[in-house]
Amino acid sequence: MNHKLEIRNLTKTFNTEDGEMMALEDISIVVKPAEFLCIIGPSGCGKTTLLRMIAGLDHPSSGGIILDGKEVKGPSPDRGMVFQEFSLFPWRTVLKNVEFGLEIKGMKEKARREIAERYIELVGLRGFENCYPYELSGGMKQRVAIARALATDPAILLMDEPFGSVDAQTRNILQEELLEIWKRTKKTVLFVTHSVDEAVYLADRVAVMSARPGCLIKCLDIDIPRPRKRTSVEANAFREQLLMLLRLERSKACISV
Amino acid sequence: MRLPAKEKGLWSVPLITVLLLWEFTAGYVIKNPLMLPRFSAVIFSIYALRNVLIADMLISLLHFGIGLALAFAVALPLAIGMGWSRNIFKAIDPIIEILRPIPPLAWIPIAMIWFHLTHYAAGFIIFIGAFFPILIDSYTGFRNVPKVLVETGKVLGCIGNKKQIKYVAFPYALPSIATGTRIGMGIGWMCVVAAEMFGVSDSGLGYRLFQKFYFLHQMDYVVAYMLVLGLVALCLDRLFRYFVEDKLLKWKKGIVK
Repeated sequence: MNHKLEIRNLTKTFNTEDGEMMALEDISIVVKPAEFLCIIGPSGCGKTTLLRMIAGLDHPSSGGIILDGKEVKGPSPDRGMVFQEFSLFPWRTVLKNVEFGLEIKGMKEKARREIAERYIELVGLRGFENCYPYELSGGMKQRVAIARALATDPAILLMDEPFGSVDAQTRNILQEELLEIWKRTKKTVLFVTHSVDEAVYLADRVAVMSARPGCLIKCLDIDIPRPRKRTSVEANAFREQLLMLLRLERSKACISV
Repeated sequence: MRLPAKEKGLWSVPLITVLLLWEFTAGYVIKNPLMLPRFSAVIFSIYALRNVLIADMLISLLHFGIGLALAFAVALPLAIGMGWSRNIFKAIDPIIEILRPIPPLAWIPIAMIWFHLTHYAAGFIIFIGAFFPILIDSYTGFRNVPKVLVETGKVLGCIGNKKQIKYVAFPYALPSIATGTRIGMGIGWMCVVAAEMFGVSDSGLGYRLFQKFYFLHQMDYVVAYMLVLGLVALCLDRLFRYFVEDKLLKWKKGIVK
């Protein structure tokens, strides 16, 4: 199968006080299995809305989202999601947070502990199983969130600016770790970001969105071999290209507002 | 309490000072045991009354237990409904807000007519006192559940109100429920005395204090019972904090301390 996720003519309008506002306009994109796709765009372009609709948390106004041949109707553990905000359950330890999805599924304690421990190990948090979220740093919290999203073995991993609220150095480390996790789990990843550097470092392909109403203006294959060097000439060329596209979009956004 | 060793005895100095001041003022300034019995006389009274005191205390605790258990049993389901559903809140809130300002003492005639001179009559007054703080703090807890936690739950398979309340909202609201219960316990205990004092019951600490000792102007006994009332409430509060806040709400430590 060559389509993991297919988005077909997706449109989203919100009802606001000033009438209908179009957030997303006619988005169509196909994501291949095990692909790492970054979605980038000016702020307010609806990239988070797009991700939320794939997660099933928002409903499209028209168009369809098809995952593994089945239409997405609502949230389900076959799509793991990592939010930008810290989203750990503060009353649960690291282990219990990672076990959450499995517990809801009704898995027995021993079985889910085994799986949870594997993912905790994968994100490098062995030894922190019994810590509560308040004892963890921002980067560690997001690692737990990634482990928790992966624990139910979703078909696709949706990430909404997951490293947006950690410091720059931690961010670099988390990016490297995420690539390692991606390599080992062979998951399809959809990663929303506003950072050009992040997109160029992580993605197989970058989808650039326009300012509101958001539509796809360009898909860019980042064909730099991995492991990548952040400061390589090729990376810079891609960065330049993306920055230009975004600059154009920003000036358009200013005119339309 | 986790205080450094040096600060551990900090409370004892002011306490002893106040007690000495009391003893001295009563014995050498006021010199009238009707106005203010001496501390030593009060301690002696507690000892002299030890048999009847234990019996009264148990009766009062029974009244308190009936009232608190009932308040908790009614307030919690209502709080879940009001906190989780905006419509239930809108429907019920006006009724609550009309009943809430009515002082528990004003319910005494109703209690006597409905339950006569029984333990339930006293329990009912305590119920009125404890109910509202438990209800209001609890529904506030349920209303404040962060959206991202509910959505995280949904994405991990927590679909439907029942599961979301059980796995996300209830654990999140637990600290608020605990706070409400603690405040409710305090007010409830004050109502124990009021209920027994004004004749809802024919036994208990408040009944004895008001109907027997005060009637005979045995002020050293009155003050002895007052002290006992304070001490019992202190013990109840400490027990609650030990079992609920230190054990059940361990995960909150980072937020409150």
